[in-house]
Amino acid sequence: MEAIFYITALVTILSTVMVITRSHAVHALLYLVVSFLGLSVIFFLLGAAFAALLEVIIYAGAIMVLFIFVIMLLNLGKDTEKREQDWLKPRVWVGPAILTVILFAEIFYLITVVSQPAFNLQTVDPKTVAISLFRPYLIGVELAAMLLMAGVVGAAHIGQHKKTVLHRFLKEEEEVV
Amino acid sequence: MNSAVSIEMVMLMAGLLFILGIAGVLIRKNIIFMLLSVEIMLNAAALAFVAAGSHWGEPDGQVMFIFILAMAAAEVSVGLALILQIYHQHQSLDIDKLKEMRG
Repeated sequence: MEAIFYITALVTILSTVMVITRSHAVHALLYLVVSFLGLSVIFFLLGAAFAALLEVIIYAGAIMVLFIFVIMLLNLGKDTEKREQDWLKPRVWVGPAILTVILFAEIFYLITVVSQPAFNLQTVDPKTVAISLFRPYLIGVELAAMLLMAGVVGAAHIGQHKKTVLHRFLKEEEEVV
Repeated sequence: MNSAVSIEMVMLMAGLLFILGIAGVLIRKNIIFMLLSVEIMLNAAALAFVAAGSHWGEPDGQVMFIFILAMAAAEVSVGLALILQIYHQHQSLDIDKLKEMRG
Protein backbone atom coordinates (compact mmCIF):
# COMPACT_ATOMS: atom_id res chain seq x y z
CA MET A 1 0.00 0.00 0.00
CA GLU A 2 2.78 2.41 0.78
CA ALA A 3 4.17 1.78 -2.69
CA ILE A 4 1.14 3.67 -4.02
CA PHE A 5 2.16 6.72 -2.04
CA TYR A 6 5.74 6.63 -3.23
CA ILE A 7 4.75 6.15 -6.88
CA THR A 8 2.31 9.05 -6.62
CA ALA A 9 4.88 11.28 -4.95
CA LEU A 10 7.38 10.42 -7.66
CA VAL A 11 4.88 11.21 -10.42
CA THR A 12 3.92 14.50 -8.77
CA ILE A 13 7.47 15.69 -8.21
CA LEU A 14 8.56 14.59 -11.68
CA SER A 15 5.72 16.48 -13.32
CA THR A 16 6.44 19.54 -11.17
CA VAL A 17 10.07 19.49 -12.29
CA MET A 18 8.83 19.28 -15.87
CA VAL A 19 6.58 22.30 -15.21
CA ILE A 20 9.41 24.58 -14.22
CA THR A 21 11.73 23.43 -17.00
CA ARG A 22 9.46 23.59 -20.06
CA SER A 23 9.89 26.38 -22.54
CA HIS A 24 6.35 26.45 -23.88
CA ALA A 25 3.63 27.55 -21.49
CA VAL A 26 1.12 25.02 -22.82
CA HIS A 27 3.51 22.11 -22.22
CA ALA A 28 4.06 23.35 -18.68
CA LEU A 29 0.31 23.54 -18.17
CA LEU A 30 -0.13 19.93 -19.30
CA TYR A 31 2.41 18.81 -16.70
CA LEU A 32 0.87 21.08 -14.08
CA VAL A 33 -2.47 19.34 -14.54
CA VAL A 34 -0.72 16.01 -13.94
CA SER A 35 0.88 17.48 -10.82
CA PHE A 36 -2.53 18.55 -9.50
CA LEU A 37 -3.99 15.11 -10.22
CA GLY A 38 -1.13 13.44 -8.37
CA LEU A 39 -1.63 15.75 -5.44
CA SER A 40 -5.31 14.88 -5.37
CA VAL A 41 -4.44 11.17 -5.26
CA ILE A 42 -2.25 11.94 -2.25
CA PHE A 43 -5.14 13.78 -0.60
CA PHE A 44 -7.27 10.71 -1.26
CA LEU A 45 -4.63 8.52 0.37
CA LEU A 46 -4.57 10.85 3.38
CA GLY A 47 -8.27 10.28 3.88
CA ALA A 48 -9.33 13.73 2.66
CA ALA A 49 -11.54 12.71 -0.24
CA PHE A 50 -13.38 16.03 -0.25
CA ALA A 51 -10.11 17.93 -0.60
CA ALA A 52 -9.11 15.60 -3.42
CA LEU A 53 -12.37 16.37 -5.19
CA LEU A 54 -11.92 20.12 -4.76
CA GLU A 55 -8.35 19.84 -6.03
CA VAL A 56 -9.48 18.18 -9.25
CA ILE A 57 -12.51 20.39 -9.83
CA ILE A 58 -11.13 23.82 -8.91
CA TYR A 59 -7.39 23.58 -9.47
CA ALA A 60 -7.14 21.19 -12.39
CA GLY A 61 -10.46 22.39 -13.79
CA ALA A 62 -11.18 26.06 -13.26
CA ILE A 63 -7.77 27.61 -12.61
CA MET A 64 -6.10 25.70 -15.43
CA VAL A 65 -8.88 26.78 -17.80
CA LEU A 66 -8.13 30.39 -16.81
CA PHE A 67 -4.44 29.90 -17.58
CA ILE A 68 -5.11 28.22 -20.93
CA PHE A 69 -7.58 30.94 -21.85
CA VAL A 70 -5.07 33.70 -21.14
CA ILE A 71 -2.28 31.91 -23.03
CA MET A 72 -4.57 31.51 -26.02
CA LEU A 73 -5.42 35.22 -25.81
CA LEU A 74 -1.73 36.11 -25.78
CA ASN A 75 -0.92 34.09 -28.90
CA LEU A 76 -3.15 35.86 -31.40
CA GLY A 77 -0.58 35.93 -34.17
CA LYS A 78 -0.50 34.84 -37.77
CA ASP A 79 1.50 31.74 -36.99
CA THR A 80 -0.96 30.52 -34.38
CA GLU A 81 -2.17 27.71 -36.56
CA LYS A 82 1.31 26.36 -37.26
CA ARG A 83 2.16 26.61 -33.58
CA GLU A 84 -1.02 24.76 -32.74
CA GLN A 85 0.05 21.95 -35.03
CA ASP A 86 3.45 21.89 -33.36
CA TRP A 87 1.82 21.61 -29.98
CA LEU A 88 -0.25 18.63 -31.06
CA LYS A 89 2.76 16.47 -31.87
CA PRO A 90 2.73 13.18 -29.92
CA ARG A 91 5.98 13.82 -28.11
CA VAL A 92 4.32 16.79 -26.44
CA TRP A 93 1.43 14.96 -24.88
CA VAL A 94 2.82 11.46 -24.47
CA GLY A 95 4.69 12.32 -21.27
CA PRO A 96 1.70 13.75 -19.37
CA ALA A 97 -0.47 10.95 -20.76
CA ILE A 98 1.83 8.25 -19.36
CA LEU A 99 1.94 9.93 -15.95
CA THR A 100 -1.84 10.30 -15.94
CA VAL A 101 -2.31 6.63 -16.85
CA ILE A 102 -0.10 5.70 -13.88
CA LEU A 103 -2.27 7.83 -11.59
CA PHE A 104 -5.44 6.35 -13.03
CA ALA A 105 -4.16 2.80 -12.50
CA GLU A 106 -3.42 3.70 -8.89
CA ILE A 107 -6.83 5.14 -8.21
CA PHE A 108 -8.46 2.16 -9.95
CA TYR A 109 -6.47 -0.16 -7.71
CA LEU A 110 -7.40 1.86 -4.63
CA ILE A 111 -11.10 1.81 -5.41
CA THR A 112 -11.49 -1.80 -6.56
CA VAL A 113 -8.95 -3.63 -4.39
CA VAL A 114 -9.86 -2.42 -0.92
CA SER A 115 -7.08 -3.15 1.50
CA GLN A 116 -5.46 -1.52 4.49
CA PRO A 117 -4.94 2.24 4.35
CA ALA A 118 -1.55 3.72 3.59
CA PHE A 119 -1.49 5.87 6.70
CA ASN A 120 -2.27 5.17 10.33
CA LEU A 121 -4.85 7.91 10.45
CA GLN A 122 -8.52 8.30 11.07
CA THR A 123 -10.24 9.93 8.14
CA VAL A 124 -11.85 13.34 8.53
CA ASP A 125 -15.19 13.22 6.77
CA PRO A 126 -16.67 16.26 4.97
CA LYS A 127 -19.41 16.64 7.58
CA THR A 128 -16.87 17.46 10.28
CA VAL A 129 -15.13 19.84 7.92
CA ALA A 130 -18.39 21.61 7.14
CA ILE A 131 -19.33 21.92 10.81
CA SER A 132 -15.90 23.31 11.61
CA LEU A 133 -16.07 25.62 8.61
CA PHE A 134 -19.39 27.18 9.48
CA ARG A 135 -19.07 27.37 13.26
CA PRO A 136 -15.59 28.37 14.51
CA TYR A 137 -14.32 29.53 11.12
CA LEU A 138 -17.38 31.50 10.06
CA ILE A 139 -15.53 34.80 10.07
CA GLY A 140 -12.90 33.21 7.85
CA VAL A 141 -15.56 32.14 5.39
CA GLU A 142 -16.93 35.67 5.25
CA LEU A 143 -13.44 37.09 4.75
CA ALA A 144 -12.86 34.58 1.94
CA ALA A 145 -16.13 35.66 0.36
CA MET A 146 -15.01 39.28 0.52
CA LEU A 147 -11.66 38.28 -0.99
CA LEU A 148 -13.37 36.51 -3.88
CA MET A 149 -15.62 39.53 -4.41
CA ALA A 150 -12.59 41.80 -4.47
CA GLY A 151 -10.91 39.43 -6.89
CA VAL A 152 -13.84 39.47 -9.28
CA VAL A 153 -14.17 43.26 -9.16
CA GLY A 154 -10.40 43.74 -9.45
CA ALA A 155 -10.09 41.39 -12.41
CA ALA A 156 -13.01 43.05 -14.16
CA HIS A 157 -11.52 46.47 -13.51
CA ILE A 158 -7.97 45.61 -14.54
CA GLY A 159 -9.01 43.60 -17.54
CA GLN A 160 -11.16 46.24 -19.21
CA HIS A 161 -8.70 47.24 -21.90
CA LYS A 162 -10.87 46.11 -24.78
CA LYS A 163 -12.97 49.26 -24.79
CA THR A 164 -10.04 51.66 -24.94
CA VAL A 165 -8.21 49.63 -27.58
CA LEU A 166 -11.32 49.51 -29.71
CA HIS A 167 -11.78 53.22 -29.23
CA ARG A 168 -8.24 54.05 -30.26
CA PHE A 169 -8.49 51.74 -33.23
CA LEU A 170 -11.70 53.36 -34.38
CA LYS A 171 -10.18 56.79 -33.94
CA GLU A 172 -7.14 55.79 -36.00
CA GLU A 173 -9.39 54.43 -38.68
CA GLU A 174 -11.30 57.67 -38.79
CA GLU A 175 -8.06 59.61 -39.07
CA VAL A 176 -6.91 57.37 -41.90
CA VAL A 177 -10.18 57.80 -43.71
CA MET B 1 0.48 -1.86 11.12
CA ASN B 2 4.11 -0.90 10.91
CA SER B 3 4.45 -0.70 7.14
CA ALA B 4 2.47 2.51 6.77
CA VAL B 5 3.95 5.67 5.37
CA SER B 6 4.89 8.10 8.11
CA ILE B 7 3.62 11.65 8.11
CA GLU B 8 7.17 12.93 7.82
CA MET B 9 7.36 11.62 4.27
CA VAL B 10 4.34 13.68 3.29
CA MET B 11 5.85 16.75 4.93
CA LEU B 12 9.10 16.04 3.07
CA MET B 13 7.20 15.89 -0.19
CA ALA B 14 5.44 19.17 0.61
CA GLY B 15 8.79 20.78 1.31
CA LEU B 16 10.19 19.43 -1.93
CA LEU B 17 7.26 20.83 -3.89
CA PHE B 18 7.69 24.19 -2.17
CA ILE B 19 11.39 24.24 -3.06
CA LEU B 20 10.52 23.43 -6.67
CA GLY B 21 8.09 26.34 -6.67
CA ILE B 22 10.72 28.71 -5.27
CA ALA B 23 13.19 27.49 -7.89
CA GLY B 24 10.62 28.13 -10.59
CA VAL B 25 10.06 31.69 -9.39
CA LEU B 26 13.79 32.32 -9.25
CA ILE B 27 14.97 30.78 -12.51
CA ARG B 28 12.19 31.70 -14.94
CA LYS B 29 11.99 35.01 -16.76
CA ASN B 30 8.42 34.68 -17.99
CA ILE B 31 5.66 36.08 -15.80
CA ILE B 32 3.29 33.24 -16.63
CA PHE B 33 5.79 30.67 -15.41
CA MET B 34 6.34 32.66 -12.24
CA LEU B 35 2.59 32.62 -11.60
CA LEU B 36 2.55 28.85 -12.21
CA SER B 37 5.36 28.43 -9.69
CA VAL B 38 3.40 30.44 -7.14
CA GLU B 39 0.54 28.00 -7.70
CA ILE B 40 2.92 25.11 -7.04
CA MET B 41 3.99 26.71 -3.77
CA LEU B 42 0.37 27.22 -2.71
CA ASN B 43 -0.26 23.56 -3.48
CA ALA B 44 2.67 22.51 -1.33
CA ALA B 45 1.32 24.55 1.58
CA ALA B 46 -2.13 23.04 1.08
CA LEU B 47 -0.63 19.54 1.11
CA ALA B 48 1.15 20.29 4.38
CA PHE B 49 -2.10 21.58 5.91
CA VAL B 50 -4.13 18.55 4.82
CA ALA B 51 -1.46 16.10 5.97
CA ALA B 52 -1.20 17.75 9.37
CA GLY B 53 -4.97 17.91 9.70
CA SER B 54 -5.41 14.22 9.03
CA HIS B 55 -2.44 13.38 11.23
CA TRP B 56 -4.16 14.95 14.23
CA GLY B 57 -7.63 13.88 13.13
CA GLU B 58 -8.84 17.46 13.14
CA PRO B 59 -10.84 19.16 10.35
CA ASP B 60 -8.83 22.39 10.55
CA GLY B 61 -6.38 21.24 7.90
CA GLN B 62 -9.06 20.82 5.28
CA VAL B 63 -10.66 24.10 6.34
CA MET B 64 -7.35 25.83 5.66
CA PHE B 65 -7.16 23.96 2.35
CA ILE B 66 -10.49 25.46 1.33
CA PHE B 67 -9.27 28.93 2.30
CA ILE B 68 -6.09 28.43 0.28
CA LEU B 69 -8.22 27.36 -2.66
CA ALA B 70 -10.35 30.51 -2.49
CA MET B 71 -7.25 32.68 -2.17
CA ALA B 72 -5.58 30.96 -5.12
CA ALA B 73 -8.65 31.50 -7.29
CA ALA B 74 -8.77 35.23 -6.47
CA GLU B 75 -5.02 35.58 -6.93
CA VAL B 76 -5.02 33.83 -10.31
CA SER B 77 -7.88 35.91 -11.67
CA VAL B 78 -6.26 39.22 -10.69
CA GLY B 79 -2.80 38.04 -11.76
CA LEU B 80 -3.93 36.91 -15.17
CA ALA B 81 -5.79 40.17 -15.72
CA LEU B 82 -2.56 41.99 -14.86
CA ILE B 83 -0.61 39.77 -17.27
CA LEU B 84 -3.03 40.54 -20.08
CA GLN B 85 -2.72 44.24 -19.35
CA ILE B 86 1.10 44.07 -19.25
CA TYR B 87 1.19 42.19 -22.52
CA HIS B 88 -1.06 44.71 -24.22
CA GLN B 89 1.06 47.60 -23.00
CA HIS B 90 4.57 46.22 -23.48
CA GLN B 91 4.10 43.37 -26.02
CA SER B 92 6.35 41.24 -23.84
CA LEU B 93 6.21 39.05 -20.76
CA ASP B 94 9.95 39.05 -20.04
CA ILE B 95 10.61 40.52 -16.61
CA ASP B 96 13.94 41.92 -17.71
CA LYS B 97 12.15 44.09 -20.23
CA LEU B 98 9.48 45.08 -17.75
CA LYS B 99 11.68 45.92 -14.79
CA GLU B 100 12.03 49.61 -15.41
CA MET B 101 8.33 50.40 -14.95
CA ARG B 102 8.24 53.33 -17.32
CA GLY B 103 4.47 53.30 -17.11
